[in-house]
Amino acid sequence: MSMKLSTRQVDGVTIVDCSGRITLGEGSVMMRDTVRDLLSKGNKKIILNLGDVNYIDSSGIGELVSAFTTTKNQGGELKLLHLTKKVHDLLQITKLYTVFDVKDDETAAVKSFK
Amino acid sequence: MEQSVSYTLDSTLDTVDHAEQKATRIATELGFAEDEVMQISMAVREGAVNAVLHGNAYAPDKKVILAFEHTPDNLVITIRDQGKGINLSEIPNPLAPENLLKTSGRGIFLMRSFMDEVEIRPSQTGTEVKMIKHVHGATAGGKEGSQ
Repeated sequence: MSMKLSTRQVDGVTIVDCSGRITLGEGSVMMRDTVRDLLSKGNKKIILNLGDVNYIDSSGIGELVSAFTTTKNQGGELKLLHLTKKVHDLLQITKLYTVFDVKDDETAAVKSFK
Repeated sequence: MEQSVSYTLDSTLDTVDHAEQKATRIATELGFAEDEVMQISMAVREGAVNAVLHGNAYAPDKKVILAFEHTPDNLVITIRDQGKGINLSEIPNPLAPENLLKTSGRGIFLMRSFMDEVEIRPSQTGTEVKMIKHVHGATAGGKEGSQ
């Protein structure tokens, strides 16, 4: 299953609903383009909802890191929501789990932005 | 699967997906548990990415050789490219604090995390990666399990 992304606004926060695979190639490029597009339009409070992401490889992990640092460097915040066990485990073994702000409740995630 | 099987693949992104799919199918057929199948397929994917991108650098005249061999105790996977070889000492530790926010460099680490043994043999005519996953339980290896 290839990757699909859709965005929605909740109380000034942009939620990117991701599904499928974030892997080298199309999935990573879509993620990069979407986050850069949001930032260029001034949307600097971003939540990546990964609840329907069933697979991610090292390139996908790199893309999450890139999205996080790019947003932070532009004065924004990017948080992760609804990690699947696979993605959670990958972020744990790569020691990135504590780098990202990870949430498991959408309402609380939206409210957590400054 | 046969006791051993080998594929010669082009240096393309499609090869990465195909390699992963073959690993998933073979590991499933051999009776590995679901999480082990995921680990094996991801390790093969990462190895194929390295072979296609960093080894062969997408060169159309260079191939990736992917081989699976199963013994009663192990699934042995070999991925060979025809690139210039890599310098293992130059590969940074992705868990070091200064590398945590790098956007690449985690492939070999994931391969080592997911497989029981990983051996990387670089040479000027290519790099060979040999990965071993031990067979756990009586059903792996395609045998009937005994209760």
